Amino acid sequence: MYRETQIVSDVAKTPLTGEGTFTINVGPQHPATHGVLHLVITLNGETILNIEPHLGYIHRSIEKMCESLTYRQFIYVTSRMDYLSAHINNHACALCVEKGMQIEIPSRAQVIRVLMDELTRIASHELWWGAMAMDVGAFTPFFHAFRERETINDIMEETCGARLTMNYMVPGGVMYDIHPNFQKRVKDFLQLYKRKIHEYDELVTGNIIFQNRMKGVGVLTAEDVISYGCTGPVARGSGVSSDIRKLYPYEIYDKLEFDEVLETAGDSFARYLIRLREMNQSIRIVEQLIDNIPEGDFQAKTKAVLKLPKGEFYQRVETARGELGVYIVSEGGTTPYRIKFRSPGFSNLSILNHMVKGSKIGDLIAAMGTLDLVIPDIDR
Amino acid sequence: MAFLKLIMFLKDYIKDVFGAIKSLATGMKRTGYYFTHHKEIITQQYPDNRETLHLPERFKGEVVMPHDENNEHRCTGCTACELACPNGTIKVVTKFDITPDGKKKKAIDKLVYHLELCTMCNLCIEACPSDAIKMAQTFEHSVFDRAQLTKVLNKPGSKIMDGVE
Repeated sequence: MYRETQIVSDVAKTPLTGEGTFTINVGPQHPATHGVLHLVITLNGETILNIEPHLGYIHRSIEKMCESLTYRQFIYVTSRMDYLSAHINNHACALCVEKGMQIEIPSRAQVIRVLMDELTRIASHELWWGAMAMDVGAFTPFFHAFRERETINDIMEETCGARLTMNYMVPGGVMYDIHPNFQKRVKDFLQLYKRKIHEYDELVTGNIIFQNRMKGVGVLTAEDVISYGCTGPVARGSGVSSDIRKLYPYEIYDKLEFDEVLETAGDSFARYLIRLREMNQSIRIVEQLIDNIPEGDFQAKTKAVLKLPKGEFYQRVETARGELGVYIVSEGGTTPYRIKFRSPGFSNLSILNHMVKGSKIGDLIAAMGTLDLVIPDIDR
Repeated sequence: MAFLKLIMFLKDYIKDVFGAIKSLATGMKRTGYYFTHHKEIITQQYPDNRETLHLPERFKGEVVMPHDENNEHRCTGCTACELACPNGTIKVVTKFDITPDGKKKKAIDKLVYHLELCTMCNLCIEACPSDAIKMAQTFEHSVFDRAQLTKVLNKPGSKIMDGVE
């Protein structure tokens, strides 16, 4: 009995107003919401009746801003959406412009791009792991996660010149060649990771308190996930195959050996395991590529002023959080007519109400942590 | 029957309790390892380690214009950086120099750089055809007044290097 979480099933029939119900606000300034997310929670005692996320606190109108920037300039803004997978956002935009211009990318640039993507994915999951443990009350794992993440950030700093908002992917390839130390430092990182990864399981995964807070909490069925449009680890935790790298391969992902990680339980613990095992798959990809970077140009020769032909272009990539879609409408000029980003965070947030309705308020933070929300990605 | 059920329950219960204690002890062992191994601590004491802090040469701190010992730079005033900048960070003010043979020649008067608007995207440096500007490795940019962040990159009295077109 002590292991089961009680979910109140007739919560839909309970009226949201009246005696016994009350409303509390979590955020917009709350450490557990990882940013300026504002949740209006209606409670009956400790049971959650309804959750209403309020957005707009960090809206910067990135989509509108992109309409006044040229096809070279607008890429840097997308680093500010999902700042933890900035490389992958830039990659999506660069791919979409290349699709419109029909630019052939040199194979060296392709390999460098995929390497950077996977390193970013590992860094993002590392940070999520630390923040997740902190959400449920364990503070030390955060520093263990940052030890490995810092190594990746140093690699990024050396090659791209920045730690978070790199702006390294440009239409036609990458901005400059990899640093001479790049391969050696990535190999050092791989060694460090393999030496230290068992600590993650010792500290958090096997911990009985952590397991009791995660297992059976925030259960999502495959139907829920599909109907809310969730992607990434949230969908894969419920057994829905949604890895864009496998389903719609871009760059060289169809030639690489890696597995799509799937779990069927659909609870918070399944989503936790997905991300941990996804890091190992990313390590596998990096290992395959790091010694096989082909010689050649790192950037294709492009015109100084890029002009996309009239039409509509769409490109989807797999970020650390799920599917990111970039949709460009061009009128044939130097700036896009309209840009729409389909961000993974927004769809993943929308399932939050369904996920924790009827649970206790103590489970809210633990369940929300497994969604891996990045608020600037939701608001844009 | 009821007795058997009780035995089964107790067995599971005790197994769970000991498993739980074991899992907590595993975590504490790891914590204790780092408590006793001080050499594996990698924290950097930032303001105290300024002297030994090395940033990689590609680090994007701020845009600077290198001058040689004769106070000469390589900027022709072509405004390629101004056009490439997404934020309007750079403003090139040009003037006309009169060359010794009496011809008018375009040159820069001031290259105004707004550090407060800059996002360090490196697009201006990519766009520059004569390598006149580059990124510096400074990062401690805080000042007391916002006006101090507006900088003029070319030094007073500087002129363009010979041979740069």
